[in-house]
Amino acid sequence: MTIPGGSVPRRVPLRAPLRAAVFGATSGIAAAVARRLAAAGAGIVLVGRDAEAIGASARDLRVRGAARIVEIAGDFAALETLGDIADRAWSALSGIDVALVAYGSLPDQAGLEADPRGIAPMLSLNFVSPAILALHLAGRFEAQGSGVLAVITSVAGDRGRKSNYLYGAAKGGLQRFLEGLRHRLYAAGVQVLDIRPGFVATPMTEHLPQGGKLWADPDRVAADIMRAIRRRRAVLYTPWFWRIILAIVRALPRPLFHRTSL
Amino acid sequence: MGISARRRSDYRSWGGTVAGEHLVFRPRTIADARAALAASAGSSVLAYGSGRSYGDVALNPGGGLIDCRGLDRFIDFDWQTGVLSCEAGVRLADILASLCRPGADGSAWFLPVSPGTRFATVGGAIANDVHGKNHHRAGSFGRHVLSVDLARSDGGVLSCSLEAQRELFAATIGGLGLTGLILAAQLQLRRVDGTAVEAEDIRLNSLAEFFVVAAESEAEWEYTAAWIDCLATGAALGRGIFSRARHQPGIGVKPPALAPRLTIPLAPPVSPLNRLTLRAFNAAYFHRLGRRGRRRRVGSYEPVLYPLDKIGAWNRLYGRSGFFQFQCVVPNAVAADATAELLARIAASGQGSMLAVLKNFGDLASPGMLSFPMPGATLALDFPDRGAPTRQLLAGLEDTVIAAGGRLYPAKDSLMTAESFRRSYPRLGEFLMHIDPGMSSGFARRVGLDRAMRPDA
Repeated sequence: MTIPGGSVPRRVPLRAPLRAAVFGATSGIAAAVARRLAAAGAGIVLVGRDAEAIGASARDLRVRGAARIVEIAGDFAALETLGDIADRAWSALSGIDVALVAYGSLPDQAGLEADPRGIAPMLSLNFVSPAILALHLAGRFEAQGSGVLAVITSVAGDRGRKSNYLYGAAKGGLQRFLEGLRHRLYAAGVQVLDIRPGFVATPMTEHLPQGGKLWADPDRVAADIMRAIRRRRAVLYTPWFWRIILAIVRALPRPLFHRTSL
Repeated sequence: MGISARRRSDYRSWGGTVAGEHLVFRPRTIADARAALAASAGSSVLAYGSGRSYGDVALNPGGGLIDCRGLDRFIDFDWQTGVLSCEAGVRLADILASLCRPGADGSAWFLPVSPGTRFATVGGAIANDVHGKNHHRAGSFGRHVLSVDLARSDGGVLSCSLEAQRELFAATIGGLGLTGLILAAQLQLRRVDGTAVEAEDIRLNSLAEFFVVAAESEAEWEYTAAWIDCLATGAALGRGIFSRARHQPGIGVKPPALAPRLTIPLAPPVSPLNRLTLRAFNAAYFHRLGRRGRRRRVGSYEPVLYPLDKIGAWNRLYGRSGFFQFQCVVPNAVAADATAELLARIAASGQGSMLAVLKNFGDLASPGMLSFPMPGATLALDFPDRGAPTRQLLAGLEDTVIAAGGRLYPAKDSLMTAESFRRSYPRLGEFLMHIDPGMSSGFARRVGLDRAMRPDA
């Protein structure tokens, strides 16, 4: 193995105005990021399943200052369509500077333990699908020689815990996938950002009692994501305190860890 | 997507004196909001916005609440005409941040009327027909509303404006959410030739000076209001600081942040706002203008329009027992005497707070049947809840106001009697015809705002 010298462009400046694509555009975090992109005058491709919701979001983002909005209807659970989705999103604005992959679902752990047949579609949407989509985008980013591929994983992927290890397995797998993809795209000057949010008050978590000290508002998370994109971070814990919490959770010796109710 | 609801007891009034259990819906789309209204058939429901109302107008204890903060999308903005369409949960702060950014020449579209907080929602601003420091120039918020999309509990959605559904439109502006669920609205923004303001503070040594300075400021200054030292008595009664401001042509300032930088994390067990700190603050604040008694600056509009928005959740400073807000208006003919009587009662009680505000309303008519603003002087202040003495004081103030032919502001009120409300809102009978039978609130039940109150029912 040789370690290359300083010839690799680690920070390719992003062009302004940005061309952005948001996959899963109506998710709470993605919608907040899209608003910040719009306020900065970006062109934005919105991809999602609910065409009506995407349309409402498009109107909102236009008023907020987006240079251009392209709406694409797509179902990320239909794995065979992901190549086509990536293709259309890429060509809509003739290239992408920032891609945000933001879809997923929070499964009912107890339900899946009782009936494990639901695990396959859960893993498919939370791991297989984003990995396929990311690979479809990766080659194009590589050829372009610049850009940011940001994917939302979760703090749940950092260590398997009895309360959410099925979701955690999908997100942990995605984290490992992104780690490798980052290694691959490094030479091309493309940034791969692994976004690990904690509890965020969004529609996905609506059924949980939102509102404790650990809960964050999606706009705060979006601000962190924009900063991480600008600063070319590899892994973002958001809000910041999750980096510390997860460092402790990962470091807990097993005999101690097993006695917790995490 | 279906809409689900949760029983919650964490929805409180801004003053912290009203709480209760609610069945809370949190729709994210217009379709979900309509579904929530449909799902509430058979029980009462009410729209909830930013929760900035001080008392029980935005709460419906024991019933349903539709939390509209997820309806936060802009729909359209015409940069030529300044006409904005947006969903009801869009906050005024969002409009300022996205649409009121000044161009190179400092000019911009701007909110036609701003209440004391930019964190109120458009739906809430309409339902309470809010006013601002430019009331003498622009009237109430409702005057700048072009149309409202109103969902009714019978499943229909009506577009109400001065052309269509005129009566229902007039009932909905200032209608306290009782005519249906406001889904979206069209507003007319105004053009300013500079978003920066020129602001001037002038010391007032007595209440009489307030009326003199207010009268001479109204033609040239679009934002006016006075801070009053509510502890001053005798010849100094009504002393304070008159603040006036106007847009500064050619100078633009960035919109203020979407969230305050400093937030009070929790209510302290003992409030730092007590008689001692009140006395110290008022004395120091009154003398802050120095010997000249006058100060001028040009800069952001935030300290002029939204002084309290600097500190997030400032209401927690009143501690766990909370506070009452009192705001009244008394007609011009008796304004000086009635205001003096109110201030004398407050000073004698030793209650009241750092934030006492006095302003003259102009004579632009409010469009709503239950709109609060009318020509006269409006006085607003907070009272920490100290139990029976506070309630007695407020009841006395209410009597003075009603006897003077004035009225209290529902958005601020927690204690007014049904009798006072009936006597002071002359279009009440007309309004009752337009109440949606599916809607109710704590305030509505307290003051008897119920369709069944109609004379013909």
